[in-house]
Amino acid sequence: MKYRENAAVRFVCFVLLPLLILIYSAINRGHYYSDLICLFGIHLILATSLNLVNGFSGMFSMGHAAFMAVGAYTSALLTISETQKARISGLPEWFQKFTLPFPLALLCAGLVAALLALLIGFPVLRLKSHYLSVATLGLIVIVRAFLDNEDQFTNGARGITGLPSYSTIFSVFLTGLILLYIMYRLIRCSSYGRGLIAMRDDDVAAQTLGVRIVTKKISIFCLSAFAAGIGGALWGHLQTVISGQFFYFTDSFEIVEMSIIGGMYSLSGGIVGALVMTFLPEILAPLETGIMIGGFQLPELYGASNLIMAVFLILLIIFRRQGILGDSEIIVESIFSKSTYTGIFKAETYRKLVDITKAKLTGKKKEKTAK
Amino acid sequence: MQNREPYMQKIIGNRYTKTKASFEKSLCLFLYQLGKKGKSLKTCLNISGLGMQFKGVKAVQNVSMNLEEGKLYALIGTNGAGKTTIINMISGVLKPTAGTICFQETDITGMRPDRIAKMGVTRTYQNLRLFKKMTVLDNVLMGAQMHSTCGAWESVFQTSRFRENEKSMREHARKMLDIMGIAAFEKEFAGSLPYGNQRKLEIARILASNPKLLLLDEPAAGMNPQESHELVDIIRGIQKEFGLTILLIEHDMKVVMNLCEYIYCMAAGEVIAEGGPEAIRNNPRVIEAYLGKRASHVTN
Repeated sequence: MKYRENAAVRFVCFVLLPLLILIYSAINRGHYYSDLICLFGIHLILATSLNLVNGFSGMFSMGHAAFMAVGAYTSALLTISETQKARISGLPEWFQKFTLPFPLALLCAGLVAALLALLIGFPVLRLKSHYLSVATLGLIVIVRAFLDNEDQFTNGARGITGLPSYSTIFSVFLTGLILLYIMYRLIRCSSYGRGLIAMRDDDVAAQTLGVRIVTKKISIFCLSAFAAGIGGALWGHLQTVISGQFFYFTDSFEIVEMSIIGGMYSLSGGIVGALVMTFLPEILAPLETGIMIGGFQLPELYGASNLIMAVFLILLIIFRRQGILGDSEIIVESIFSKSTYTGIFKAETYRKLVDITKAKLTGKKKEKTAK
Repeated sequence: MQNREPYMQKIIGNRYTKTKASFEKSLCLFLYQLGKKGKSLKTCLNISGLGMQFKGVKAVQNVSMNLEEGKLYALIGTNGAGKTTIINMISGVLKPTAGTICFQETDITGMRPDRIAKMGVTRTYQNLRLFKKMTVLDNVLMGAQMHSTCGAWESVFQTSRFRENEKSMREHARKMLDIMGIAAFEKEFAGSLPYGNQRKLEIARILASNPKLLLLDEPAAGMNPQESHELVDIIRGIQKEFGLTILLIEHDMKVVMNLCEYIYCMAAGEVIAEGGPEAIRNNPRVIEAYLGKRASHVTN
């Protein structure tokens, strides 16, 4: 028995503590850190959705920025005010006055992104391994070129401004939770997910066990794009300004990095990756402007945070290639499984907790005496 | 077909006691006789003129086979004779360049592997293709879920049908593991099992999919004599219990001669001999293929 298997520990670490932080930062709206937490929520959606493709189905897509862009533009066009729309020349008459409420706009953003995935899925998903990655990079270029040149719909390189800032901690994390729940049920608890992981492990054997490879690949690609589109839309409503340059290679690589750092083979890995990649640069940022450590003034080190991140990534790849969490599904499982919530009301849980602690303490004592 | 008879009678007997109608009994018996007559003649798999060409290399040429339902067949031959290629073609992994394959009177030539599998033709692999990062139980569930009609969305909403389906699949999978004698390793990762058990797991996995025809590609490869002896018993057991047709590729002659009723022998892409175990053992062409020309003179 370990600490991490205990329901009470799980509840406190993965449900109660995050919830308290979220509620606290939701009350202090507009604070710098509350925006950062919002960004973390969006990264969480993006990284976990990328894990569906990269980790669970064995393809390696890098085109997430393209789906984000499509989602962001769709949602933007559906929610901005009439005066904003008037600046965009090519929109049809009926569309000028057409606005949707935020949840519906999000849904549309996801659906349009999924449609794009469906369209390009048929030719692109025939490719394997790194060929697929390069093809999806190509998709980013195509989408960028479209956004920059089709002025009449997208306002060209100037982008769209004045998006309503709908992305609050509540809306971001509620969407994230719903998406996470769908992904978790599909991947970890159903025959669909089992077939998906089987396909990743050995596609020939999976085929002769009745798994239809093409459908599976395309459906998971679409689902991933759906979530990415929603993530992109939320991102747009957080920044309130979008243009093609925000959805390019660097953004895509950032999401890929998240999924690799946290662990591609689990949804929880995506969460941890998003956590690290959102907050670590912020923590390292003071280094660049020079800080006082113990009365010693560090000189200004511009680019230090990038350097440290790079070294961290290299070390991670060398020593823990499967990512921080590997294929452990501990976070998502704790949030969604019933046993976490029923367990905290049982006396047995706490008795076990005491037992573990006792065992740990005596074990340490024994080690000491042995030395 | 004798193997299947007591099983059939049991079913009919149960039906009779339940209904207790003499008319039904006679009808059942009539149908049973009809079925028996049809069954004993029924061919499970019919291959005719099958050929496979990899660019210049003719891996398989003009192979014809006829497998009757409920029997055990072996496919033997030297290395590179094209045995695995034939299994690959039947299971749909390769598309044949000539000839036809009929399974229970349906033409399955060049069909997608997953559709062929859903019709009940399942196979194992020469060098094991287990899902190594999945648990043993999950591996077997992969087989069990093949005919499941539960959609992916039902799992999201946790419908009662989904839960019942999952539960019955798990029970079924555990039963299969029990039959193969590896139920104790249920929660371990498939890749961590010892080699012999991995072989057994592969058979359990396809058994779980309620197959009609099993294609076993060297099931005893890499097993020690005791393990392969066990395997012979298991294969015979499952064949009797499920009334399966089995086609088996094997190099271990003890296994082949012990198990199979009918043997096809291949060399250089062609079937050079077929017949019962005795006939094959004494066939000069078979001996020639295995041991060379002079040897066949000596033994004769």
